[in-house]
Amino acid sequence: MAELNVAQALNAALDTALAADPQVMLLGEDVGRTGGVFRVTDGLQRKHGEARVVDTPVAESGIVGAALGLAIGGMRPVAEIQFLGFAYPGYDQLVSHVGRIRHRSRHRFTAPLVVRIPYGGGIGAAEHHSESTEAVFTHTPGLKVVVPSRPYDAKGLLLAAIEDPDPVVFLEPIRSYRAVREDIPDEAYTVALGEAAVEQEGGDVTIVAYGAAMRDARAAAADLAATGVGVDLIDLRTLVPLDAATVLESIEKTGRLVVVQEGHRTAGFAAELAALAAERALYSLAAPVERVTGWDTVVPLRRAEHHYIPDAARIMAAARRALDA
Amino acid sequence: MPEPLRILDPDGRLVAASPLDSAEIRRLYGAMVAARTYDRKCTALQRQGRLATYASFEGQEAAQIGTAAALRPDDWMVASYRDAAAMWFHGYPWLNLLLGRTGDERGGSPPEGVPVLPPSITVGAHMIHAVGLAWAATLQGEDRVAITYFGDGATSEGDFHEAMNFAAVYATPTVFVCQNNGWAISLPRERQTASATIAQKADAYGMPGVYVDGNDLLACHAAAADAAALARQGGGPTLIEAVTYRVGPHTTADDPGRYRTDDEVEEWRDRDPLERVRRHLEAAGEWDPAWQQQLEEEASADLEAAVAEAEELEPPGPGDVFGGMFADLPGHLAEQRRLLARDRGEG
Repeated sequence: MAELNVAQALNAALDTALAADPQVMLLGEDVGRTGGVFRVTDGLQRKHGEARVVDTPVAESGIVGAALGLAIGGMRPVAEIQFLGFAYPGYDQLVSHVGRIRHRSRHRFTAPLVVRIPYGGGIGAAEHHSESTEAVFTHTPGLKVVVPSRPYDAKGLLLAAIEDPDPVVFLEPIRSYRAVREDIPDEAYTVALGEAAVEQEGGDVTIVAYGAAMRDARAAAADLAATGVGVDLIDLRTLVPLDAATVLESIEKTGRLVVVQEGHRTAGFAAELAALAAERALYSLAAPVERVTGWDTVVPLRRAEHHYIPDAARIMAAARRALDA
Repeated sequence: MPEPLRILDPDGRLVAASPLDSAEIRRLYGAMVAARTYDRKCTALQRQGRLATYASFEGQEAAQIGTAAALRPDDWMVASYRDAAAMWFHGYPWLNLLLGRTGDERGGSPPEGVPVLPPSITVGAHMIHAVGLAWAATLQGEDRVAITYFGDGATSEGDFHEAMNFAAVYATPTVFVCQNNGWAISLPRERQTASATIAQKADAYGMPGVYVDGNDLLACHAAAADAAALARQGGGPTLIEAVTYRVGPHTTADDPGRYRTDDEVEEWRDRDPLERVRRHLEAAGEWDPAWQQQLEEEASADLEAAVAEAEELEPPGPGDVFGGMFADLPGHLAEQRRLLARDRGEG
C-alpha cells in the first residue's frame, strides 16, 4: 500500500502491466527518456527497456496507426498522445480503422490497444492544451471511453483497459494528476469498465459527473449535504459502455438530475445523459434536467479560463434550481 | 527519368537472368490469368447489379502477383481495394473478396492463419498498419515481413510520410509497394508529385527505393524478393515503385473518357503484363492455346463456384451487425438491437 496521486497511480499501473505481460509496450512522444510531459511514464523506460517504452517521432496518426498494427500482430500497445488537442490527427486512425477492424473482419483481427490522452483545462496552459472533446470519441463506434477521477480508479481502470480485448480511449484529467492522493494497493487489481461508482448516497438530487469535474462535483455535494440536502453523487468512470442502470436507478429515487461535463455544451455527453433521463425516466423526474457544462466556445486561455470550466458554485446553483423546481 | 529495373522486355525476351525457373513462371502466369478472369468477371457482375462498385486492377497483375510471389506464406499483407490479385495469391479466398464486393463484411474474415488484412478503402491510412505488424513480428522474435500495397495517389497523403518515417526509424521489416498506375481517379501522376520518381522519395527517409517496370513479372518478383530478404535480415524497409497502368476505370462508377484519351490506354494495352509472359513462355515452348484455354476454364469454374456460394449466403442479420463491434456485446448495443427489433415489430 502506498499513498499515490493520479499520475503516480497510472505510473504504477503501467509498471505492473509491463512487468506482468511481455506483450505490453508503451509508445508516444517523450514517454521514454523524459517520462512524458506529465511524468506518467517516469522511470519506465529505464526499468523495462527501450524496446518496450518507445519514444516516437512527432506523429499522432503514426502513433495510433502503428499501435493498431502492433495490436493486430499480437502486442498490447499503450499509446500516449501528449494532449487531447493534439489527438485529432490520430483521430482518423481511431475512427477509420481502430474502431472498425473487428467489425470489418468479423472478429478475425482485433485491436486490443489503449490510447492514453491527458485532457481538460485548469492549469492555464497554451491553446490546444485544455480540451474536453470526449464526445468526439463517445460518438465513434467501436471505441470504449474511460475517464478516471481518482488515484484508486486510475490504476484499476487502466489495468482493466490494458486487459480489455477492444480499443480503449483513456482520458486522464490533467488538473487532477497531482491534486489528490489515495492509498493504492501495490499489487495488480482492476476496476471493471462500464461500472459507475456511487460515491455518496442521498434521496434529493442526483449529480452525475466524471473525470476532472468530479472534484468540483464532490465539493458541491459536500456543501449541499452540509445544508441537509441528500445527494446521490455518481462518478461515471466509463462513458462507453455507459452504466445506464446506475444512473436510472438514482433518477428514479431522487427525481432530480444534474449532469456535469467540462466539454462543449451542444451534443456533449451531458446531452446523452439528459436524453437517457427523458427516454427512460421521464415520469420519475420532478424537475427539468440541469446541465452544467463548458460552453460552445474555444476553451479560453489562462486569464479567462474560469469563465469556461464548470465549478462547484455552478453545480450548487444547478442543484438548487432542480430542488426548487 | 531513370531506366526501370527490367528482366523481361515488352516482347517477352529476357534482358537479364531470370530469377525464376520456367515451372514457377508458368505457375505465376496461371495466377495472372486467374486474376484477370476474376477482374473481368467482377466488372461483368457489377454491370448486372450483382456486385457493388468494383475497382478493376487490369494491367497491374504483374505488379501484384510478382511481388506477392516473393513472400513467405506467413508474411503479413496490408493492401488496398485495388489489390485483389495480390491478396488472393497470398491466401485470401475469392469467396471473401467477392463477399466484400457484394456488401457483406463477412468477406473481411479470411480463414484463420491467412495473414492478410481486409482491403483498406481509405487511401493511404493502411500503410502504417504494415509498419506496426512488422514491428510486432520483430518484437516477438519472428522473422516475418509485412508488405503493403498502395497507389501513386496515396503517396500524397500525410500517412505515407508517417508510415515511411516510422518504418525507417525503427527499421521495421516492411516492404512498401507503390503501384504507380498513372492515375488517381482523374489526377495524372505528374500532378500528384513534382518528384521525378516516387522511388526517389525513399532517399529522404533513409531506405532503399527501387524503380521497377511494373508490367514485368520477373522484375517485380526480383525487387520484392530482394526487399523481403533485406527486411528479414534486419535491414529494414524498402520502397518499390512499380510503374504500371490502370487500364480500366477507377471504379465501375468512373468515366475515364472525361480525363484521358483512348490512345493512351491502347498504348498501355500493348505493354500488357500477361502477354509479355505469354510470349516469353511461347518462345520457350512452354505455352500453347490449349493450356491457355484450360487455365481460363479452371479459373472461371472456381469463380463461378465462389460467386454461387457468396450469393447463396443469407445476408447478415442484426446479430452480425451489432455483435461485430466488440468481443462481448455491451449493454448499450444490446439495447439498440432491442430497439431495432421493436421498430420492426419483432420485439
